[in-house]
Amino acid sequence: MKHIIQQVFHSGKFIVGFVILAAVLLIVIVYPLLIKDAPLAIIGQGTFFPPGTYVNAYDSLGSPKYILNLEHAAAKRIASKLSDDDRLAMQEWLVAAGIPENEIDISNTEQLLRQWENHYDPQTNIAGMTNAKRNYYIRLNASLKGLLSTEGAIIAVKNADTGALEETGDVVAQSDYVNIGQVANVRRLPLGTDNFGRDVLTELVAATRVSLQIGFVAGIVATLIGLTLGLLSGYIGGLVDDGIMFITNLFTVIPSFVLLILISFSIGQEKRGAVTVAVVIGFTSWVWTARAVRAQVISLRNRDHVNLSKLSGHSLVYIIFADILPYVASYVVMALILQISSGILAEAGLSILGLGPKTTEVPTLGLMMNWAMIYQAPVLGKWWAYLPVLVTIALITFSMNLMNTGLDQVFNPALRD
Amino acid sequence: MERYRKYFLNKLSWFLITFVCAFILNFILPRLMPGDPVAAIVSRMAQGMSNATGVQAIYQQYTELFGTNKPLLQQFFIYVNNVLHGNFGFSLSQYTRTVADVLGASIWWTICLQFPAIIVGWLIGNTLGALAAYRKGGFDKIIMPISIFVSNFPAFGMAIILLVIFGVGLKWFPTSGGYGFDLIPNFSWKFIWSVIVHYQLPFWSIVLISIGGQAIGMRSMSIYELNADYVKYARFMGIKDRKIIGYVFRNAMLPQITGLALSIGTMVGGALVAEIIFSYPGLGFTLLNGVMGQDYPLISASTLIITVMVLSANFIIEILYGIIDPRIKAAQAD
Repeated sequence: MKHIIQQVFHSGKFIVGFVILAAVLLIVIVYPLLIKDAPLAIIGQGTFFPPGTYVNAYDSLGSPKYILNLEHAAAKRIASKLSDDDRLAMQEWLVAAGIPENEIDISNTEQLLRQWENHYDPQTNIAGMTNAKRNYYIRLNASLKGLLSTEGAIIAVKNADTGALEETGDVVAQSDYVNIGQVANVRRLPLGTDNFGRDVLTELVAATRVSLQIGFVAGIVATLIGLTLGLLSGYIGGLVDDGIMFITNLFTVIPSFVLLILISFSIGQEKRGAVTVAVVIGFTSWVWTARAVRAQVISLRNRDHVNLSKLSGHSLVYIIFADILPYVASYVVMALILQISSGILAEAGLSILGLGPKTTEVPTLGLMMNWAMIYQAPVLGKWWAYLPVLVTIALITFSMNLMNTGLDQVFNPALRD
Repeated sequence: MERYRKYFLNKLSWFLITFVCAFILNFILPRLMPGDPVAAIVSRMAQGMSNATGVQAIYQQYTELFGTNKPLLQQFFIYVNNVLHGNFGFSLSQYTRTVADVLGASIWWTICLQFPAIIVGWLIGNTLGALAAYRKGGFDKIIMPISIFVSNFPAFGMAIILLVIFGVGLKWFPTSGGYGFDLIPNFSWKFIWSVIVHYQLPFWSIVLISIGGQAIGMRSMSIYELNADYVKYARFMGIKDRKIIGYVFRNAMLPQITGLALSIGTMVGGALVAEIIFSYPGLGFTLLNGVMGQDYPLISASTLIITVMVLSANFIIEILYGIIDPRIKAAQAD
């Protein structure tokens, strides 16, 4: 046993797969210990907030102020407020006013504003320009003047009795800064929020945990059924073999996802918990394990040590457990790994069809995908709602297949390069 | 010919048995669903009706129409009879349309999308796998990890990535539908072009997912065959490399054909989900609508049709295989 494990850990592919999977498991275990938010709590009012650090604007007004004189602060402020459309419009005006196009660089805010200031004149009549457009430029010019002002903003509160605005005496100057650490309410959303306004990262970690559990339960159910049927049919033979092989062949050709759809639909939305879905997936995916185990058992059953065991009068159960199972164990472990990974994929596929676990209780990777699709996240460019989910699924299945390939090379020396 | 007939009859009887079992499963499973689907549509139709006896009358009329008040066995015989006449009843979610009508509109989209895509994917995958086994070296080092990664990638993931890159990012292809939403199906060039453009992304996403697994399988089969004794013997005899390769790949190809027969069910499953991602008007999308609308006649009929499609594809492949592989003839002689 120790020797086998040593050998397994000499396989590069197995180690890579194992490390990736272990890292995923570690994150799934450690993250909830550090961050105790409920994964399904709806915190955002609105859909798909982009990733970033959210600082409470109200609290930051009351936080201690620090004056920092940074060189490009004003330029950055103006640049962030000047939209691309406005820049293009400014360029259009300047070109029309006779400035060579190659001298205008709309990504260079400072130069653009200087050119604008020097050349813009509301009185200038540009041939072919509509009145609406001229008014737009006048408004744009006024707002640019506002942007360029250097005065601070004054905070006023509404007097509850009179309704009039009263200054609180605080003036927020343009060089005032607050320290994020001193603002009472700051929330980091490294992956933004989803369509319901849930924190995607927290949800993703919880979903990965549930999906892994679904995969494990499905894999174990499928492997147990397949192993039992394969052992019985291979070792006993005769009528039992015929019967089991009939069922197995039947379920090989009837597509398993059709059964999966029919059973999940029959269970009904209300009763479909994560565990139920996992068991259903397990019940529809044992076929390949059963076939392979049967084939191996048939080649084993007439070996000398099995015959010897029979002659010694050992019982059927003993022979299966002591003389046959150890020889198929390595295959069964590999099959289990593949079943787990295909169980996770099956759950995701079912959820996209709307047949996944009940949506209100637990998140799963498939359900997150389903909601992202229903709310058109890919088309709207909200990558944080679906890409991390896809990457997680791909990492898990890829790592498990790598482990499987590594094991295969250890147990079947013929496959080694 | 006698031997082929035995093989053919054997496969045909197996096809019929699986078909009957699939048919029964298809009927039973959706009807075990808790809750009354008729009550669901009635409540939708009766919104704003205050007259209780009126609601009751509507309920009874629909129960009669869909036959949900009869015992299960009787429902089954009615169903068999109806299916034999091509009548799948009314769709519950798109009522006044029959299920046959809904499915008739979507089935050709699925057949024209999936079967070419799976066959093209199979051909490309096998060619790449055979090349990787033969050329080894750098080519193999690049093709294999990519194939392994792609074959582990979920079908919908591939679809979404193509959608985001080519549909949303580069805007080369439309992101949803089977044809432009502003068009009415007809035989004008504009419509046909729109269909072709909408076809590309679903097609290539299905091709890409089927390439990976096939390439891996073909590679290991070819490596196994390249090391076989007959190859060494042929080399000693001085037979040209090109000719040997021909033998090797023909031998490696045969298990791949059986592989296609066995995996076509899974592939169709993945492809149906890919259809959903692109809102392609095929069976996958119809199935989604059926699930959303709790529409069991529709679900039962579409899963039945999918099963029939997969079983028939399987049957055709096995018949072809029997003709291609001389060993089948030999085996039947015993």
